[in-house]
Amino acid sequence: MSADELTTDLWAPLRASTQARIGLGRAGMSLPTSAVLELQEALAAARDAVHVPLDVPALLPGLADLGLGEPIVLASQAPDRSVYLRRPDLGRAPAGLDGLPAGDWDLALVIADGLSSKAVSEHAIPTLAALLAGFDPSWTVAPPVLVTQARVAIGDWIGQALGAKTVLVLVGERPGLSVADSLGIYLTHAPKPGRTDAERNCISNIHPPEGLSYAAAAATAIHLIRGARALGVSGVALKDTGSITEIAP
Amino acid sequence: MFAQQSVNGHSYQFDSLVELMAKATPKRSGDELAGAAASSEAERAAAQRALAEVELCTFLNEAVVPYESDEITRLIIDSHSADAFAPVSHLTVGGFRDWLLEVISRPDPSATLTALAPGLTPEMVAAVSKIMRNSDLIAVARACRVTSAFRTTLGLPGRLATRLQPNHPTDDLRGVAASILDGLLLGQGDAVVGINPAGDSPQVAADLLGMLDEIRTGYQIPMQSCVLAHITTTIGLIEAGAPVDLVFQSIGGTEGTNTSFGVNIDLLREGMAAGQSLGRGTVGNNLMYFETGQGSSLSAGAHLGTGGHPVDQQTLEARAYGLAREFSPLLLNTVVGFIGPEYLYDGKQIIRAGLEDHFCGKLLGVPMGVDVCYTNHAEADFDDMDTLLTLLAAAGVNFVITVPGADDVMLGYQSLAYHDALVIRHALGLRPAPEFEKWLTSQGIADPDGTVRGLELAGSPLLSLTGVAR
Repeated sequence: MSADELTTDLWAPLRASTQARIGLGRAGMSLPTSAVLELQEALAAARDAVHVPLDVPALLPGLADLGLGEPIVLASQAPDRSVYLRRPDLGRAPAGLDGLPAGDWDLALVIADGLSSKAVSEHAIPTLAALLAGFDPSWTVAPPVLVTQARVAIGDWIGQALGAKTVLVLVGERPGLSVADSLGIYLTHAPKPGRTDAERNCISNIHPPEGLSYAAAAATAIHLIRGARALGVSGVALKDTGSITEIAP
Repeated sequence: MFAQQSVNGHSYQFDSLVELMAKATPKRSGDELAGAAASSEAERAAAQRALAEVELCTFLNEAVVPYESDEITRLIIDSHSADAFAPVSHLTVGGFRDWLLEVISRPDPSATLTALAPGLTPEMVAAVSKIMRNSDLIAVARACRVTSAFRTTLGLPGRLATRLQPNHPTDDLRGVAASILDGLLLGQGDAVVGINPAGDSPQVAADLLGMLDEIRTGYQIPMQSCVLAHITTTIGLIEAGAPVDLVFQSIGGTEGTNTSFGVNIDLLREGMAAGQSLGRGTVGNNLMYFETGQGSSLSAGAHLGTGGHPVDQQTLEARAYGLAREFSPLLLNTVVGFIGPEYLYDGKQIIRAGLEDHFCGKLLGVPMGVDVCYTNHAEADFDDMDTLLTLLAAAGVNFVITVPGADDVMLGYQSLAYHDALVIRHALGLRPAPEFEKWLTSQGIADPDGTVRGLELAGSPLLSLTGVAR
């Protein structure tokens, strides 16, 4: 076995614990040709992923099957991807709020494409199912709202229009070179336009099997919902005091 | 009207200092988004000429963000040193550029520039940067010397340090340890081994800090570690007895930006005092670590200045350095291409912003590093990052951030690869921090002459390192 092959062998068990590009070897001090070419391919794939539109019709049956009522589809004020990327203000504001059933909901669930439609297509419904399985039976949950060309703060408008105490926004996180399907959950208590990022809690990197599992993400979210309801606020004042080891499946 | 300027037969009027500075700023998407940018190249050129004629003293009398409503403005004005300012107090912005370029042509310019720093406000430094070309920004920054120390000494001439960033999407200890191992074998981590935690859990942060401390003590590595949690989390961890080296916080250039981050000056002071109470530094006790980036204020809707006019993002970024220097940090890095194309659209804008940020921070006396990085929705690529790294290394940047294969698998963006730092150190004859370099040599990772070549895993005692992760 050559020195190179021996080195490759030693890294193999470590690669099982991370997707990071470890043990790439060296050409002198530089990245070897194979690693450079792989990076170019991954960059091309990630840049393309940003522009793939969300397949809304494909998601609606799964959302309806959650048993929360017919899903409502909205759009932000950003008409297309090009404008969305340049105008975050338009991605935060809804084009309209028609069809939202105002009520005294404990929770609103908003699904936003964000920067990765793939993350939403693959992980939104299983994540919602895991959340619903852990919700307190006494909590009232509004019908799910699906929004396109949307950023996190659009949930403030939707949550307020619904009259929800707490809003969870499930959003596609920007595609990386190795992970193009990462989903995040942002929790905002007492949602209304003008809330700042310091008033939100975030659970990121939901993309099993490598990233956070649905169950672990849901457990953390439910812990934070309970905390927000008790404290009356979300954000930096609210800590995830549960240990990951306690809540991992 | 604040200023009037004719260019190419057209006359342009600028109603306020805020408007003039914004319109004099080299083109970038964030200022266009804010409605602050010049509407044409001719208006930008007119604004630059008009800004060059503004007296530096003007910045002491006309606040870009109101003194009454912004604690950073109060800090800047109240801590300004008239004595340090005296050598340049008679100059205009344009005259100041000439003065800087003349000073750096003399022997030992760093002493002159270090003495000047307390006399400069962020707005003065931002203003002069707007009429400087990239080569000016590089040449002047290179002449500034800002050193800081904890267990390693950073910012010494001829040195380039790195933050080893071993992020993991679930904060898995073994996965993090594997990325640390890879980085150490490639000579990385002399600025800090710093983890962005994926979650907010204080328990996870404590577990990561415990592992970092075991690695450091187990292999006797002269290094500092950091888990980049919110400062309130870190204060709680210190109270709970966790081994905290550095106290981290993201900051911005207006009080409102920092409110959106959940911090203020008092809280930063509290965090710094908590960190200092542990007395863990060996060769120094600079222990604050800040991250900043152009666009954070606009992103938080906290970018409006005097008269309700939008302040350009580069001036606000410089104000964040004005806040940071109050805390004598070990590290500050601008995360220059991280925030996205709505603030810096493409490689050209990212490169320009990286050089501006480094220049402004150094001239204000901040130990600047840069996260040379971009996201996959920006118009940039690896070549742009190679260019920016080379320019920053020439400009004497204290440290850059490196990750395995340039790919941060948790934050979803590209920073530099561990290899990139090896290549630029070798190309430009730069060395790691001296304390860390000795350790690298003892491990066979660096040659006796300090050249860091890296080491294969099979030949290293570090092979057992990931066993620390349980």
